[in-house]
Amino acid sequence: MPKPHLALLGALLVAFGLSHFSGAIDPYHLDVLTGVGINVLLAVSLNLVNGFTGQFSLGHAGFMSVGAYLSAAVSLFLAPQLFGDLASAGALQQGLACLLALLVGGLCAALAGLVVGVPSLRLRGDYLALVTLGFGEIIRVTFQNVPSLGGALGLHGIPAFTSIFWVLASVAIAIFVVTCLVHSTYGRGFLATRDDEIASAAVGLNTTRYKIVAFVVAAFFAGIAGGLYGHFKQSITPTAFDFAKSIEIVVMVILGGMGNTVGVIIAAILLTLLPELLRPIAEYRMIIYSLLLILLMILRPQGLLNIRGLSPRKHPS
Amino acid sequence: MSEFLQQLLNGLSLGAIYALIALGYTMVYGVLRFINFAHADVFMVGAFIGYYMGRIVPEGTIWGGTIALVVAMLGCALLGILIERFAYRPLRGAATLNVLITAIGVSLFLQYTGQRFFGAAPRAFPPLFPVKMFNLGGLVISTNQLLVIFVATLLMVALQFIVQKTKIGTAMRAVSLNPKAAQLVGVNIDVVISFTFGLGSALAAAGGILYALNYPSIDPLMGVMPGLKAFVAAILGGIGNIPGAALGGLLLGTVETFVGGSQFSTYKDAIAFAILIIILLFRPAGLLGRFTVEKV
Repeated sequence: MPKPHLALLGALLVAFGLSHFSGAIDPYHLDVLTGVGINVLLAVSLNLVNGFTGQFSLGHAGFMSVGAYLSAAVSLFLAPQLFGDLASAGALQQGLACLLALLVGGLCAALAGLVVGVPSLRLRGDYLALVTLGFGEIIRVTFQNVPSLGGALGLHGIPAFTSIFWVLASVAIAIFVVTCLVHSTYGRGFLATRDDEIASAAVGLNTTRYKIVAFVVAAFFAGIAGGLYGHFKQSITPTAFDFAKSIEIVVMVILGGMGNTVGVIIAAILLTLLPELLRPIAEYRMIIYSLLLILLMILRPQGLLNIRGLSPRKHPS
Repeated sequence: MSEFLQQLLNGLSLGAIYALIALGYTMVYGVLRFINFAHADVFMVGAFIGYYMGRIVPEGTIWGGTIALVVAMLGCALLGILIERFAYRPLRGAATLNVLITAIGVSLFLQYTGQRFFGAAPRAFPPLFPVKMFNLGGLVISTNQLLVIFVATLLMVALQFIVQKTKIGTAMRAVSLNPKAAQLVGVNIDVVISFTFGLGSALAAAGGILYALNYPSIDPLMGVMPGLKAFVAAILGGIGNIPGAALGGLLLGTVETFVGGSQFSTYKDAIAFAILIIILLFRPAGLLGRFTVEKV
């Protein structure tokens, strides 16, 4: 991309413009579009860890839940004190409250990413996958046991801040940050860590630090995605962020061809739309989904859309 | 004291089930180096075969229960072999992650097919074996618990015999050590891998029936949590290590039962992962695993 800053500005303007026409879009389509946006955000951020840095994380839904819970808590408990009654507040106040909630959610998720990442990134491959999965489950069970956050029942009555503007803007910023990070001089270290950790360490890269940075940035955007999700569904339960959600995001990254942002975005869109498109045959749709997954892996092991050949190295057997 | 012994007994019988499932994970990891996520759902299918067998064989008799157990083990062995043949074999030599996603696909396929054909609602599992309660000085022992420990021990001894003493077991260990070298000395890798899947799936089926006997409600998603925990058990013991899986399973089951009986019982599902994380941080290759340094 020649001028990423201009592209970001353009995308933000488009998002802003589009949000004025959201009334004209069919509500069902708007819902689907929001769902797609949240999944794209999750997939693009996880791609930084799994695709570009080559670390296999299976706990992305855990960070999403941190973001969802903390931002919901901000909107429910803190925002009314800062901005008064939100229902009657002006658009500016609502926007500020939403921004605050999302940022708090994202930052808390990033902090969780740091706490989880520092110990677990010492491990490799399947072990890392398992430990991140474990942390994801621990986060979920912890939320289930905090009475002030609703326990197993979850939080309800979260204000419906999530508009198409916030979703598109977050997606644009996430793509911008991840792309610029990876293409910067500093960011070449992510790819080097992925391609050969030992060689990167030998030329003096602090590979552990790169892994942690990738982890924290990914967790931040997962937290934002969680915040958007909470303010979109208006109620959250711990079970929405279980192991299955993490798997769903990993599948998007792998289908898109790991480390290929465009591919991952398209895969996230397709995989979110697929269950919607299969709705007429509802009884069989998840069976077909799983069969398609197996077939795609057998027929297109390098990812559905990986054309540039940026596939990760094969593990020597 | 009697409460301690009671919890220990409950923990050991739960741990024995985890150990049976963990063995399947660890064996497949040993020969193919990937996490077979579908294993937990083979466990579920095993329980369902037991359920349907329970309608055919007379309830509460030893021979009827044994027939149900054997049929479920054979059925799941066949299922495991078919899964390997059609889903995993085309991907042999592909990147680990792709195989992992395929395994997840198979797992989802079994879950959703189960929901479609068995129904999503939980069902009561029939008492296949005769049930009796003993009271030993305040200690309540059910025959089901003894059965679990007995069957699990029997199967683990049989497995140990197969792996250590028979020709196919030697071939399994050879493939696990170095697939290419094993092929060079004439080991038919395809047969060995099919056999490993069959063996592991049969153990999962036995685990499924034993689990259903003690927690008598089955549904198509019942495999998810025990499966995850059994996998944690396999990693705990050092993945690819057969005695390690048994040890990890027993340890995990016992700790989980003790936590379940304490005031932190709502954290029961998290404790398995907390133990996993702590042990991996201090022994990155598991309790009995050997840590290998990657060489350039």
